[in-house]
Amino acid sequence: MNSNLIDALFVFMLAAFIGFEVIRHVSPLLHTPLMSLTNALDAIAVVGAIVLVGERKSTFATVLGVIAIIAATSNVVGGFFITDRMLRMFKSSRPAKK
Amino acid sequence: MSPEFAGSQYVIEIIYLIASALFILSLKWMSSPATARHGILAGEIGMVLAIGGTLLRHGIVDWKWIIIALVIGSGIGIPLGMVQMTAVPQRTALSHAFGALCVTLVGTAEFYLRTPDVPKFMMSVLSMEVILGGLTFTGSLIAAGKLQEVLPQRPITYKGQNIVNLALLAVAIGLAVYLVIHPEAKQVFPVIVGIALVFGVFLVIPIGGADMPTVISLLNSYAGLSAAAMGFVLDSKLLIIAGALDGSSGFILSVIMCKAMNRSFTNVLFGAFGQVQASAAAGQEARSVRSATPEEAAAILAAANKVVIVPGYGMAVAQAQHKVRELYDLLTKKGVDVRFAIHPVAGRMPGHMNVLLAEADIPYDRLMEMDEINGEFPQTDVALVIGANDVTNPAARTDQSSPIFGMPILDVDKAHTVMVIKRSMNPGFAGIDNPLYYLDNTLMLFGDAKQFVGAIVKELGGH
Repeated sequence: MNSNLIDALFVFMLAAFIGFEVIRHVSPLLHTPLMSLTNALDAIAVVGAIVLVGERKSTFATVLGVIAIIAATSNVVGGFFITDRMLRMFKSSRPAKK
Repeated sequence: MSPEFAGSQYVIEIIYLIASALFILSLKWMSSPATARHGILAGEIGMVLAIGGTLLRHGIVDWKWIIIALVIGSGIGIPLGMVQMTAVPQRTALSHAFGALCVTLVGTAEFYLRTPDVPKFMMSVLSMEVILGGLTFTGSLIAAGKLQEVLPQRPITYKGQNIVNLALLAVAIGLAVYLVIHPEAKQVFPVIVGIALVFGVFLVIPIGGADMPTVISLLNSYAGLSAAAMGFVLDSKLLIIAGALDGSSGFILSVIMCKAMNRSFTNVLFGAFGQVQASAAAGQEARSVRSATPEEAAAILAAANKVVIVPGYGMAVAQAQHKVRELYDLLTKKGVDVRFAIHPVAGRMPGHMNVLLAEADIPYDRLMEMDEINGEFPQTDVALVIGANDVTNPAARTDQSSPIFGMPILDVDKAHTVMVIKRSMNPGFAGIDNPLYYLDNTLMLFGDAKQFVGAIVKELGGH
């Protein structure tokens, strides 16, 4: 149990550093789509909610879990969808225009 | 657990591992517009794998409600993905709220399932999860309300606000510590959640519209951190990674926004921003400005070699971006070099202007960052400011008494001619007077941004 937590702390630390390095290189041009993308990725929390509902431990937990799945799924779907719409708009003038 | 299940457990963990790698790649590919759409694909595959893998878990016995919730969530998500580009800031705030809601609810359910035998470390992260989640939920809702203009955009302030806020936070943390020591004190938990929810409201109400880019980034970061905390509670490395990525992304964006406004991070963290603005509206004398008609503006633009357009929130409000594109097309056809100077905090969220201009089909290699373009203003014939104010205010460079002194600005005043499209001489949202308007090389173009640009376009031979 304890070693699990320590492992988790290491994972968190490493992921945070990777996050800093990767995000630092994102062009300011794309900061809005970046935010909607990280939002969609963050909605991976839906996984926790799915387990909560699926294991059917108590009615209370199921109700909260269902609301949580709804909220997170709307972020997943909406987030990817709008990020894609935004990115499709970014066009360069260099390649010949259609 | 039968050996078969133990086997599938490994498969699921491997799936999560792949999903984590895809998430990191997804963000890495966001570094350039050329690869960014691969990034979305990677993210989507990662997400589908992760959800699919989770559904395989042997503990899952009840499918009905999962499916129903997934369907409803998708149904809500689709319209949220179709909003207009001008509404993206409030949509983003709303989705921060949804993300935080999910985390808070799962945290709450986990608490009641596990209590009272919750180890100390677990209880600490669980409390952190619901405090961060709760304040992000209500804070983001308030931010979305302000951006949608359902709530007043002006900062709502009162005496001792910071003390009240800090006291609330201190009480929540104090109760959380108590709960860690006495995990059987169940009744404390809802109080902690309640305080976090109230704190979120109090945190965001004193914040004005112009500071929204920082707040949204900060809430983004909190949403990520709360998800990471949830990862600790559920012992899910995937969640920890996704939360850490989101948290660091939001953090970096907030730092960039802070730098672009010359505010310190502590200044932002304690919600003191938005308050500078109350003081500065006074002290305007009638100085003379020169104004011009669309015909004159068109003639000057047509005669220029290099034009830099500086868009701001006003352009978004007036929905002028498509007219601006027509202007860009006409001038480019005449051989004028037209570029756009984007200040990091222009608009209501990071990168807001870029998205609006991209929507209007302006090629992204014409959109310049502040540092790239600032050296070029002295060689620029015309700087055309559309709906931007504070980010062009030369007082930030020279006037130590100005509330925005020290804020990096676009040096439009160094251009040969500056043209500013503005409704009237009323000071902008922040209430700070802009000496740019009284310079000898400045021409004021009074009117609605969309109509005025439209009139210039007409003059230049468009439709």
